[in-house]
Amino acid sequence: MIDVNAPTFWSDLVDVLLVATGQTLYMVTLSLLITIVVGLPLGVVLVGTEPGGLFERPFGSRALGIALNRTLEFIVNLGRAVPFIILMIALIPVTRLILGTFIGTGAAVVPLSAVAIPFFARMVEIALKEVDHGLVEAADSLGASSWQIVAKVLVPEALPSIVLGVSTTITSIINYSAMAGVIAAGGLGDVAIRYGYQRYSGIHMVAVIIILFVLVMILQGVGSAVARKLSHRSSTPAESPVFRRLLAREPRGG
Amino acid sequence: MITISSLTKSFGSGGPAVRALDDVSLEVADGTIFGVIGQSGAGKSTLIRMVNQLERPDSGSVTVAGRNITELSGRELRLARQQIGMIFQHFNLLNHRTVQGNVELGLEIIGTDPAERRRRTADILELVGLGAKARSYPAELSGGQKQRVGIARALAGNPRVLLSDEATSALDPETTRSILDLIKTINRELNLTVLLITHEMEVVKRICDSAALLERGRVVEQGSIVELISRPGSRLAGELFPLGPVPDSNANTIVDITFSGGTADSPVISQLARRHGIDVSILGAVIEHIGGNQAGRTRLELPGPAHLHALPIAELRAQGLLVEVMRGQAA
Repeated sequence: MIDVNAPTFWSDLVDVLLVATGQTLYMVTLSLLITIVVGLPLGVVLVGTEPGGLFERPFGSRALGIALNRTLEFIVNLGRAVPFIILMIALIPVTRLILGTFIGTGAAVVPLSAVAIPFFARMVEIALKEVDHGLVEAADSLGASSWQIVAKVLVPEALPSIVLGVSTTITSIINYSAMAGVIAAGGLGDVAIRYGYQRYSGIHMVAVIIILFVLVMILQGVGSAVARKLSHRSSTPAESPVFRRLLAREPRGG
Repeated sequence: MITISSLTKSFGSGGPAVRALDDVSLEVADGTIFGVIGQSGAGKSTLIRMVNQLERPDSGSVTVAGRNITELSGRELRLARQQIGMIFQHFNLLNHRTVQGNVELGLEIIGTDPAERRRRTADILELVGLGAKARSYPAELSGGQKQRVGIARALAGNPRVLLSDEATSALDPETTRSILDLIKTINRELNLTVLLITHEMEVVKRICDSAALLERGRVVEQGSIVELISRPGSRLAGELFPLGPVPDSNANTIVDITFSGGTADSPVISQLARRHGIDVSILGAVIEHIGGNQAGRTRLELPGPAHLHALPIAELRAQGLLVEVMRGQAA
């Protein structure tokens, strides 16, 4: 039980929260970078190796395309199906192989990336499939290669949706990072469990919830704003000329 | 410029396959505009997609500018495609790029350097009348403007051939006319060969030099417009001059007379009335500007016994008029 009236309670609380927030941001940022670097190409290959896709026949072999597609589908489904707490423990040997240790904030990046990559790859897959096939056909008619179509048409056209996928992925990495205390990674979730739950400090619990909430709100807000900026369509109401005129008139009317 | 020979393509597996194209052959002459007309499902889209191999045929071949494009694949096919521009019904512009960026796409693919890309894009946007819109995004443009961007993109790489896949079907009549006129202009100024598919006779009438009628994957009829107009029983000509079904109210003779070129101002009716004493009734008439020339078709009813009509009809034919007897024995 923590004594709220202890002279150092509030400064200790701030210290603990600062350190934990730093750990969470560290885990989440690093995992996110790895997730994007691996998940984006993975999503592209998932879509591309489907029947009729751009990479239907890698190196001229449809069999290889099918094999690649099935394997990746299997891995992605596996990653999505196993509960994170189990995945984290099951990956301990892998983490140790890569980093030499399986404990600490850095070590949590491996399981966090492992859980986020399949999630993000699916988001990329969905975003890419939303791109009008006519655009691919137009690029084809201009003599584009498959890679040019990916780089100049598919990914840029899907970028607003991919950015939204990134902000959803961040939220889910933050969510999973709360469990990383199990491998001594620290972070905000760990504070909530160790102080809030095990030592009955409601203040710690509430503080963690507020910080997480604010973090997620900011990230989602930024994500949506960037996505809106990137999509040059006037389909969202806030960007339609009518809506803009209404907004412009409001101050005068009131 | 484009030779399509014996193209065949079926779709579907398992059940009975659908024949999209059945032994289709066409010849598009250098510098002309060739229109393939047909209803939806006739196989037009499949046909035009074979010319740049967006779709592969089951058998047959397509030769563009002397190269058999059906034999190409990979890099060779991509290089060949750069010589064949294509425009689409729904424009297919990239939303994330400005007008300028969309036109530059083809040049980037070819590997043109940035300075040359900008220069070429500025020229081509001027040609299609969009010089002032270079920095706009497609979402800010009207349908007609979008298609102009599509045309500019297709032309940027200096192709020999332009394929138009229902390019005006999503546009209103006035915009359709302005886009068709633009296609005609670039056809003339750049000596560009154009193959277009459409379901609108208006398109064929306004800009095509030659046309083919496609029905259930087969070419039912083809030829130059001038030739089709003077071909007895031509269905395309019938579509060009929509006089409707022949009425069957009485026993009189009904003839359709087609005027074109030099015969456009023959005084047919007064000739029939004065020289043969036939009181002609006009059942219908259509005058059209086709490929810049005036042409027309009149449906006349000639009263009285059929044997009296044989001589006047023969006389009209001797003057070079196309006279088709729609009802009666006088033929």
